[in-house]
Amino acid sequence: MRPRTTAALAAGKAARLVSRLRGGGSALPGLVAERIDPGLLAHTLGSMPRGVVVVSGTNGKTTTTKMLVALLRAHGLRVFTNPTGSNFTRGVISALLGEVGLRGRVDADLAVVELDEAHALHFAAQVAPTHALLLNVARDQLDRFAEIDHTARLLTTLGQATTGGVVLNADDSFISRIREHLQPGVEVGWFAVDPSVADRLPELQEADVRFAEEERPDLTEGAALLLPAEDGRACTVRLPGGSDVGPVTLRQRGLAAMINATAATAMARQLLGESFAVDAAAHALATVTPPFGRGEVIDVGGVPLELVLVKNPAGFTVALGTYGTEPVATMIAINDNYADGRDVSWLYDVSFESLRERGVALTSGVRAWDMALRLRYDGVEVGEVETDLDRALDRFLALHEGEPMRVFTSYTAMMHLRRRLADRFGLARFGEDPAA
Amino acid sequence: MSSHPADGPGDVDTPLPADVAALADVPADKGEVHLVHLYPREMSIYGDLGNTRCLASRLRWHGYRPVVHNHHPGAPWPGRVDLVLGGGGQDSGQLRVQEDLAAQADRLRELAAGGVPMLMICGMYQLFGKAFITAEGHRLPGLGVLDVTTRGNATRMIGPVVLDTDFGAVVGYENHSGATVLGEGQAPFGRVRHGHGNDGSDGTEGARTGNVIGSYLHGPILPANPDLADGLLEAAARRATGDWAPAQIDDTLARQAHGHQVRRLLG
Repeated sequence: MRPRTTAALAAGKAARLVSRLRGGGSALPGLVAERIDPGLLAHTLGSMPRGVVVVSGTNGKTTTTKMLVALLRAHGLRVFTNPTGSNFTRGVISALLGEVGLRGRVDADLAVVELDEAHALHFAAQVAPTHALLLNVARDQLDRFAEIDHTARLLTTLGQATTGGVVLNADDSFISRIREHLQPGVEVGWFAVDPSVADRLPELQEADVRFAEEERPDLTEGAALLLPAEDGRACTVRLPGGSDVGPVTLRQRGLAAMINATAATAMARQLLGESFAVDAAAHALATVTPPFGRGEVIDVGGVPLELVLVKNPAGFTVALGTYGTEPVATMIAINDNYADGRDVSWLYDVSFESLRERGVALTSGVRAWDMALRLRYDGVEVGEVETDLDRALDRFLALHEGEPMRVFTSYTAMMHLRRRLADRFGLARFGEDPAA
Repeated sequence: MSSHPADGPGDVDTPLPADVAALADVPADKGEVHLVHLYPREMSIYGDLGNTRCLASRLRWHGYRPVVHNHHPGAPWPGRVDLVLGGGGQDSGQLRVQEDLAAQADRLRELAAGGVPMLMICGMYQLFGKAFITAEGHRLPGLGVLDVTTRGNATRMIGPVVLDTDFGAVVGYENHSGATVLGEGQAPFGRVRHGHGNDGSDGTEGARTGNVIGSYLHGPILPANPDLADGLLEAAARRATGDWAPAQIDDTLARQAHGHQVRRLLG
């Protein structure tokens, strides 16, 4: 191991310790270590015996990564991952600092890392991924990515850099087209919804940027197909060759989570080959818990409070489709910090009609007034507007004591609210996910 | 009136939710006002549909009957037009609308000259200008309704904006790589108090000629700037009905959202 790498690891580990003691965020130690040794990732992850898997796309990265890790661990593999949803390169390094010795050896068979579209490339420039699982492209934080087409190009470049195998979403034309750009010999796997439920896809997609002439690719190469059960809660993942995983009831609700499970299963099948076991896979999917703030259910004095992260039109639309059919007391918290997306225009690309019946008890966050104004244009009544998150949470909990509650929240507001809820109701801290 | 079914009187392509209409405690008896949204699929990437939703809702709350025509490339032009809206798009979106926009060019120039209010945001603002000059130096002609020229730029101008305009302070969010320069005698839409504006240096934002407004501001621009929205509606309603008879609208939320941004950005 190079002295520089050792120095970087030592400094990063020290920063991590300090940061943990202060209960702070997960990115800073990674930043410190990366400054000292820009080649740190290559020197630590480059030699994983079974490779490096990158999971990327606009929506579902954190959930899918967690599911894929659970599937692989259920098959006895030792997996390094970045479990906190800190999907910038420095988040990966921060996670690495917890697991790596100063000599740079990680005690794992393979790495599964979640990266946002831009950082996936930054990462791939240092460590060529052996595998990539590419989920979808939707409008998200255009102040950072500027254009959807640009995002699609980033993921295409990631696909091009991948050396062993990719798994692509057959239902998303931005993703399925990546097949034409892969290196020769790279194995291609697919996931898709079963044709019998294809009519439900528009609820997940950006209809206005997809055009009729783009058809689903021919799936002769075989795809993992999602088949939801009649009751809407259970689902089966049908693998090429006729074997089924499930029916299994996921801990996280909705069609989007089922599609994430299908994507993770397809990737696990590609990685494991013949040693893939359907029973172990079904058990893993049934037991994996939702990541923090992504439909996480918090026990608030005996009643459930659902914390639902929303970051972009497709994600918010899916969340409303998943939860809106069961109206409960609702709060919406929207900040406009960098990690939330500074432009809140996207709220006008979401339909809030499903909230009309019950109304919204409170809007909060820096853009609480803009959120309330948006709801007014969909005829949704808003009880109160309180920009201060702490006061809003107190008020919300007091107003609806003993009732089921739900909070839709942008990223930094979610981090803030969850910290408060963790203090009050004794939850695990970030980065210490017990089920990871 | 064209024979296209979507042009029938009262046929609303984007219906207002019943509850929004019901929020208006006034009857819709002041006449129809026809809004045309240009290319809502290709050119509405940053919530620009919210502008159309805002205008339709406010018309209803003021006691008018809104009729929204979503105009797609290749579709017949609506038979009646009282206000035209356009939004921002990606390069691929602009390519998809180019041919249709050229086909409608004379008509749009005529409507603009005739006083039809228009709001063109971001990409459509650029296309309503004289020309767009790409980073490689290619000159792509625009409609020339506004005397502005835009050059492709390496750095994007991104961030929240506050302007001084004829409609008072206007808040929004800009995200553009094109740098726009006003022709001699071309009035801007506003003066920048916070943000970059047309080219990041001359202190102007957008352009305005008569009732035609071009601007880079998303947000979308209209919901949080109700005075601007009503300014456009006044011109549209006068054209459609010969009169402007606004009702009292409860704009508490809009004024709070607006004031919050102004205070935050100007300190």
